[in-house]
Order: sequence, then C-alpha cells, then structure tokens
Amino acid sequence: MSILITPSTKVLVQGITGSFGARHAQLSIEYGSQIVAGVTPGKGGQVFEHAGKKVPIFDTVEEAAKQTGATVSAIFVPPPFAADAILEAVDAGLDLAVCITEGIPVNDMVKVKRAMIGKKTRLIGPNCPGVVTPGEGKDSHGGCRIGIAPGYIHKKGNIGVVSRSGTLTYEAVWQLTCRGVGQSTCVGIGGDPVNGTSHLDVIKMFNDDPETHGIIMIGEIGGSGEEEAAEWIKQNCKKPVAGFIAGATAPPGRRMGHAGAIVSGGKGTAAAKIAAFKDAGIGISVTPSEMADTLLQMMKR
Amino acid sequence: MNIHEYQGKQLLSQYGVAVPLGKDCATAEDAKKIAEEFFKAGESMVVVKSQIHAGGRGKGTFKSGFKGGVKLCKTADDVYEKAKAMLGQVLVTKQTGEEGRLVSTLLVAGAPEIKKEFYCAVLLDRASSRPLMMVSVEGGVDIEEVAEKHPGKIIKETIDPAVGMMPYQARKLATALGLKGDLIASAAKLFLGVYKTWWECDASMVEINPLCIIVGKDGKEELVAVDAKIGLDDNALYRHKNIQAMRDLAEEAPLEIEASKFNLNYIKLDGSIACLVNGAGLAMATMDIIGHFGGSPANFLDVGGGASKEQVTAAFKIIVSDPNVKGILVNIFGGIMDCNVIATGIVAAVKETHLSIPLVVRLEGNNVVAGKKTLADSGVAIITGDSMADAAQKVVKAVGK
Repeated sequence: MSILITPSTKVLVQGITGSFGARHAQLSIEYGSQIVAGVTPGKGGQVFEHAGKKVPIFDTVEEAAKQTGATVSAIFVPPPFAADAILEAVDAGLDLAVCITEGIPVNDMVKVKRAMIGKKTRLIGPNCPGVVTPGEGKDSHGGCRIGIAPGYIHKKGNIGVVSRSGTLTYEAVWQLTCRGVGQSTCVGIGGDPVNGTSHLDVIKMFNDDPETHGIIMIGEIGGSGEEEAAEWIKQNCKKPVAGFIAGATAPPGRRMGHAGAIVSGGKGTAAAKIAAFKDAGIGISVTPSEMADTLLQMMKR
Repeated sequence: MNIHEYQGKQLLSQYGVAVPLGKDCATAEDAKKIAEEFFKAGESMVVVKSQIHAGGRGKGTFKSGFKGGVKLCKTADDVYEKAKAMLGQVLVTKQTGEEGRLVSTLLVAGAPEIKKEFYCAVLLDRASSRPLMMVSVEGGVDIEEVAEKHPGKIIKETIDPAVGMMPYQARKLATALGLKGDLIASAAKLFLGVYKTWWECDASMVEINPLCIIVGKDGKEELVAVDAKIGLDDNALYRHKNIQAMRDLAEEAPLEIEASKFNLNYIKLDGSIACLVNGAGLAMATMDIIGHFGGSPANFLDVGGGASKEQVTAAFKIIVSDPNVKGILVNIFGGIMDCNVIATGIVAAVKETHLSIPLVVRLEGNNVVAGKKTLADSGVAIITGDSMADAAQKVVKAVGK
C-alpha cells in the first residue's frame, strides 16, 4: 500500500487548460497516472488530448467527479482563484485536493481552512510539489503522480518522505533511489504558513501504513509544525525517522522564498526544530547530502 | 512589504483607529508649517519622527552625530531645526545595521500627554491558522523581551475568521488591561479597528506600540495609537492598489529590487560565497551547507522551477555585483528542467559577465550527462561537484585560497 493515493486513484485536474496545468497533466499521463478529467469553467465539453489519451473537460468539479469517478483533484489555478477552486473540490466531496498554486493570499487560506472544518476532503498544500506514489514500472512508471514532481526520480519501495520544500523532496527521493531504496509515498505539504495537511498528519499516516518502513521528514524555519510532529513521534512512532531542517543560516525576519519560511519574534528557528528532533530520537541529517544515508543507517540497526 | 509609520496610521484611521494629529513632509520648511498649524489647533507639544522601515528610531544616532530619530518640540522653530538635522541624513538604529537608513520623510505629529502605555498587535497564529490579537500592559518596550520574561503579561484572543473579531472579544481584552468606564468602549472600538485593518488590508502584522491613554482636549481620557508598524502579505498586494502605491524602493536593497524585476527571489546576506539554486528549500539548504563547511553565504537566491537562460544570466549579474562575493556555488536539481539547458545558460552567463572568481557547479537530474558535457566542453573554468556536500566543500576551499 501507500498513503493518500494509489496507482489506481482517479485524478481530475482543475486548471487543465492553463499552460502550467496542461504541462503537468501531460507529464502525469506519461507517467501512467489515471488522469480522468479536467475542469475549466466555460470549456466543458472540450477534450484534453495527450499521448493517445483523451481527457474530457468539465465546467464544474462536481460534474467531473460524477461523470468520471475522480476522487482526487490536482489544482493548478492562479492565486486569485485558488481558494475558490479548493472549496469547489471540497463541495464536490472529493477525498483529496492537492493545491500546487504558489502565491495565494494568506487570508484566503485562513478562510478556506475555516470553511473546511467538518468536511471530508483533505487538502495538501498549497504551494507544494504534490504527492507521488511510485509505480512498478521502469523509472517508477505506472504510479500516481499528482503535481509537479519529476516522476522518474522515484522508485517503488518502503520509505515515506514528507517535506515543506519541493526541491529538497526531490533531493531526498533521488538520494534514496540512487541507493536502490524505493519510496511508499512522497508528500510535499507546501511552504505556506497556512496549509491543509501538516507534517504530523502525514507522519501519522506513514506510521499506520504497513508498507512504510522508515520516514524522512524535511522541515524548514518558521512555524512549529516540525516540533509538533517531533513531540508525537517521541511518544507514538513505531518507525525510524530521519530529519533535516533547512534555514540554519537564514537571517531572522526575512522570508526565505517560501511565505512560511521566516523566523519571527525568535520563533521557528532551525536550532529549536533540530533540538526537538533530537529529543524525539529523530536521526539528524547534518547536511542535506545525508538525508537518505542517515535514515538507512538507522534502519540497519 | 513594509510601510512607514505615517502610512500605517493613514490605513488605521480609515478603519476608525484613533491616532494623534499628524502629517508627513519631506522638507524642514513644510515640517515647520505643519507644526505651526498643530500648535494653532491647540497641541502643546509636537513630535518629529524619522520615517524609516526599522525600529529603535528614538534611540538611534545619525551618521552626522545628531542623536535621536524622534524628537519632541515645544515650538515650530524647534521643529524646523530638528527636521533640518534629520532630513537627508542616515539614521543608524539597532535594527538597521551599521549602514543605517536615509531619512527622506518625516512625520510631524501632535504629542499629547501620555498617561499610560499598552501594547496591541494582530498577527496570524500559524498553529490555529487564525488571526490572533495580543495585548499587554507592558507597552512602549520590546515585546519579545516581555514575552520571554513575563509571558503572563501578554493576553491573547484568537479570532474566528468566519465572523471576524466580535465586540465582546475586544471588551474582554480591554478589561484584561484593567480599563474601566468609558475607556472600555473606547478601547473596544480601537481593537476592532486594528483587527479590521489587519484583515481588510491583508496585513501580515499590525503592531501598535505604544497604544496610549492620553488626556484629550476636553480633559477626558482617551486611547490613541501613538506608533504603528504594519507589514503586508505580498501575495495579496495585487488586490490593494492603494497599498502598492505605498512601496518605498529606497527602503529595499538595490540588488533585491533588481532581482525582483526578473522574478528572482534574492536576499542579500553578508558572506562571501554566492549561491544560485532552484527551489526555496534547496536554496536555504545550500546556504546551510556552505556554513556547515566553514564558508559564509553571500545571498539566498531561488531562480524557481522553470528558470530561463535570461533569468540565469540576470541572476549571475546580480550575484557578482555584490563586492563581497569571492566565489559562486550553483546548485541545481533539474527535476523537470533540462540540465543541459541550464548548463548552456550558465556558460553563456559566465562569458557575458567575464566571470573571474571561482565557480562551482553541481547539476543533478534530467539530462544531467549532457549538461555536464556542455560545462566540460565550454572552455570556461568551472569546477564541478558531484554532490551538494562535494560542491560546498570545493567552493569553500576555492574561496579560502
């Protein structure tokens, strides 16, 4: 198994006709993922064609889900319309909405998060690379790729990866794959200060997933999501966890690219997060070059 | 984005927050005129405040030797003298760093007698994903110190974004500050206005420090926001044209402004090893690994996921124009991007900028073999690194020589 998605998960793409959405829908189709519908208001009835696949486009998420059985949405709509797109996916009762969009106003996400209370849909992101469950084929072909991660760097296996950063996720995944070690599922939770799914949420899922044998958790400065996850891991996690925190050399008060990567009022420092990791028995990858090796050494023991 | 105190107060007063009588100006003559007006209107004291995006102005020192970026004056002539001493001068405070900031705007404001100082702020509580208002009886001092030494003196109220801040919450905070009688309603109105400013302007923070009880002209006590610091969510600026107009480029590092023109995310630091990376997390991690091996990063630079040749060239120009830079580390994980396209961009940029300092490149990902070949065949002196650790050690060594 895996978490969140499997190779048979049916995915719809909100914003499939935009250049960004279209490009990544194509790459997901090439990866062998089940892209079953697209949604662009006003373009219902049109067809998105790629590599011999014909993907019907609908005006609404509700219609797309009803007609195709899609349970998951990949959201690529521009920032001013992203909050609306997320809540449309929630309203349609999807299991999962993965929002890739970067640059959504924080208050829009505050509203979205409030409106999602009590709803069944889980949100991953925004401002994230998405979720990948690698497949059995060559270069992990045949898996489920939702978002913008390069598919070929993955390999099917038993390590769970969770991160706030896209490229650091790829770095960790590639380190694992190069050592012949595969992944169960890789989850980018996004770099924004308000997001749908936390490190802890994903860690709990990995802990319950029999196919996940070890976990790499990548964090960065800002917020307290890493500390919260560490506290839980200390008490409850049955599996080895290795971690890396980015931003030890970042100056306080500056946003380091990600809207959520900021040390403010002395809170959210890399030092505090690393201390929390150590206290929880999480293996510390001192540099980003050692993420895979740190975990693999723990798993040998 | 940050804005000046006088701009913050303009926004606050639009949402019903009481602020002292005030006006901004750029010349000592105008400062004097404004002061004359205020004295005529009945103010017994006027304050001249340097407008820079940094705290600690009152205790700051100008490079000219003049002490204090905030001055109380009893006469319009005194206002003229103080304005003359501040305008066009560089103010150094504990927050500006030694380079200081040029003062080109002043806020001239009424300075009523202050009876008591409080603190009030609204910010995002990331743990609950909701707005949070914090107040304290410890006003006019560094709130981080209060939080550390007397955390019990900070009173917090979480706000439900579905309904916004309710008046009862504002009254609760007012009574928690020990306010009585008419001041409760006065404080509640002010708190609701501060929250509204935060929410409707898409602020990341609104801080009123100090929030003061003053004696009004009618002899009655009232509450006013004597200082205001507002930070705004860059992602939401597109829907606030009025706030966009408040951007002060003079407060931003020139290289950062240049970078923003090319959609590059660049932050200048004071080290000697420049880095050029794709992805914010990887860019931070690259700075860290330089630090880990004994070097110091000169910048944060994220060229993004789909960097073009033009962006890579612009990025090179920006990082080499920092005189502290003694070496460059390029760290690219080309997931979707073609490493060969990036390599071609790097070679072109090196040639165009006549680069004369050590350059270490670590490429990984899509079409990496062709990318490495392009670098090797280019005839340009490029040191290649196999891993991040290898590349970081090489650049630290090259700069150390």
